[in-house]
Amino acid sequence: MTDLAEAEEPLNVQSGPIRACANVCEAAGCMSLDAEKVLDALRERATERGLTDVAVKRVGCLRLCAAGPLVEIPEQERLFEAVDPTSPASVDRVIDALAGGEGGRSTADDPFFARQVRIVLANSGLVDPEDFDDYLAHEGYAALTQAVTTMRPYEVLEEIVHSGLRGRGGAGYPTGLKWRTVAKASSTEGKYVICNADEGDPGAFMDRSVLESVPQQVLEGMAIAGYAVGANHGYIYVRAEYPLAVKRLRLAIRQAERAGMLGASIAETAFAFDVDIRIGAGAFVCGEETALIASVEGRRGTPRPRPPFPAQSGLWGRPTLINNVETLASVPAILRNGATWYRDIGTPKSAGTKVFALAGRVVNTGLIEVPMGVTLRDIVFDIGGGIIGGAKFKAVQTGGPSGGCIPAEDLDMSVDYESLAQAGSIMGSGGMIVMDETSCMVDVAKYFMDFCRDESCGKCIPCRVGTVQLYNLLDRITRGEAESKDLVTLEHLADMVKSTSLCGLGQSAPNPIFSTLRYFRDEYVSHIEDRICPAGVCPMTSAVTS
Amino acid sequence: MSTAVTAATTADDKKWKMIDARIRRRGNSPDSLIEVLHAVQEAFGYLEPDVLAYVGNALGVPPSRVYGVATFYSLFMLKPQGEHTVIVCTGTACYINHASALLSRVHDRLDIKPGETSHDGLVSLLNARCLGACSMAPAVVVDGNVHGRVTPEGIGLLLEGLRP
Repeated sequence: MTDLAEAEEPLNVQSGPIRACANVCEAAGCMSLDAEKVLDALRERATERGLTDVAVKRVGCLRLCAAGPLVEIPEQERLFEAVDPTSPASVDRVIDALAGGEGGRSTADDPFFARQVRIVLANSGLVDPEDFDDYLAHEGYAALTQAVTTMRPYEVLEEIVHSGLRGRGGAGYPTGLKWRTVAKASSTEGKYVICNADEGDPGAFMDRSVLESVPQQVLEGMAIAGYAVGANHGYIYVRAEYPLAVKRLRLAIRQAERAGMLGASIAETAFAFDVDIRIGAGAFVCGEETALIASVEGRRGTPRPRPPFPAQSGLWGRPTLINNVETLASVPAILRNGATWYRDIGTPKSAGTKVFALAGRVVNTGLIEVPMGVTLRDIVFDIGGGIIGGAKFKAVQTGGPSGGCIPAEDLDMSVDYESLAQAGSIMGSGGMIVMDETSCMVDVAKYFMDFCRDESCGKCIPCRVGTVQLYNLLDRITRGEAESKDLVTLEHLADMVKSTSLCGLGQSAPNPIFSTLRYFRDEYVSHIEDRICPAGVCPMTSAVTS
Repeated sequence: MSTAVTAATTADDKKWKMIDARIRRRGNSPDSLIEVLHAVQEAFGYLEPDVLAYVGNALGVPPSRVYGVATFYSLFMLKPQGEHTVIVCTGTACYINHASALLSRVHDRLDIKPGETSHDGLVSLLNARCLGACSMAPAVVVDGNVHGRVTPEGIGLLLEGLRP
């Protein structure tokens, strides 16, 4: 393997040693802004100008999605925003810098980049997601090779336990403990590892970017997990809405198989592990473990009561480890650098880093990876560059439809699993939506309830009926037709849906109501008593007549 | 007339061959149902009742379960779709950035709501629960091409562009 790693060089315009390389972001955001044409234009122009010691290559997400199409010259720590392939001047600005000139935005002291700590995204924007050798040249598959050739499965497992890694899909269950349960489960018919890439929270695109940017890293994490728990088969369950991620995963699997990093005898050992892709068909509830398993089996994605947990009885009744994309993508770096190294990042209870998709009314929308324990203020105002147009910050929503809204007075809280839960929200999978004064918090609660009502699978009554009734109550409030007693009913019903629903979807569906009531109760009151929407969002149809 | 029918049948034959190949590739296994339905929809644009019956038969899955799966997942279409598809993302970032104004503009122009097709069969309107294009909110996808930061005027122009 070392031969291959040393043989690797970036895609050149010309052969020979490379002085600088222009990395062109080809993740979905920039792709939809014609990033492929940017790559072609840069290559063409570099050739025209006779530059022989530079390269232009495709890479994964460069993270500042708001300013795409993006091109970065990592050697110079310079980023070029909104590169226009049809404008010779725009193309030349990049080429001039490649040739040794000035230009672009310095990433070295820009807080958006400087404040980030990259583990999961370390290779995103650096490695060509479609080039296996490029991944290999950036320590790719070093962790898997190390695991299968020098470690016993339980040693790998204990390393993950000690690292303090917790599930990045939302709930934050200790990953090592989950692995240990599956490892202990006995099965004569085999075990499975499933990568949950059914990123369903609206406003979350972390997993999409990881899959599009570093698909090999996810596969490597899966194979390591398979080795640790004794599974030989893996599935990636990915949303049909992410075609580029699916395409790159398919390619990555074929490449890894050819290179002996997936399939039989991995890294020339007796360990075998294969990975297959399963594509979803648009059902939010399939992010729930047992519903996801039903969907992989080709059935309606409805959850079932737990226990038995998938770790004991999962896919086709066999022990199954289900981890989220970001969790698995964290694994290779932990093995390479050691559990202690990882544990020292973040907070004592929430180790490591978390990737967030920063969006909404914030200047720097895009993908960020920060150590656990940074404050929300740091994220919104330092990394995020504050609110668009200098408007007033109102709230930040985390955790999607299962999460909550955190107001301005809590901006200095630490971002970790426990603090977010205390504030009435959740870490969630990493969607972070910033809102300004133009958002009505009752309407926000209604928006999420509309989502849950629509996505409820219909199996259990509290969720199927409760979400509809909660939506109707919120709808009445936003139309100025509610009375004070409706607020009492709303809280009572929200409590019931939370405590009696079958799965996480229903249990967490009322969270947006709870958190907006906790911090923005006055908005509910003014809708009901004064028939006024303070943000001016709601139609308040009866306001005229009352 | 007869030539048109023949041409249509030949084109359909090709599609059926593709679907059969997909069914065989997974060994007529019942758990490949969702994958096969994806293939059918790709070929025919939607899931016709006869095709559902055919698939169920080939995979050994009862019709009730095939129909159950086809109706459970929101990406499966049971009705023919318009010539063009316009998807307005209504994920959180798009919602915060006023995606609803885009839906009302389409409604004003074509008198259709999400899930409906214009009377002339030209445009189907869908809403998406987040396309992951949050940094370009509000986002609209027209026939597979993503457009970012779309204004109500902008979506009007996009609709104009679809006129034959």
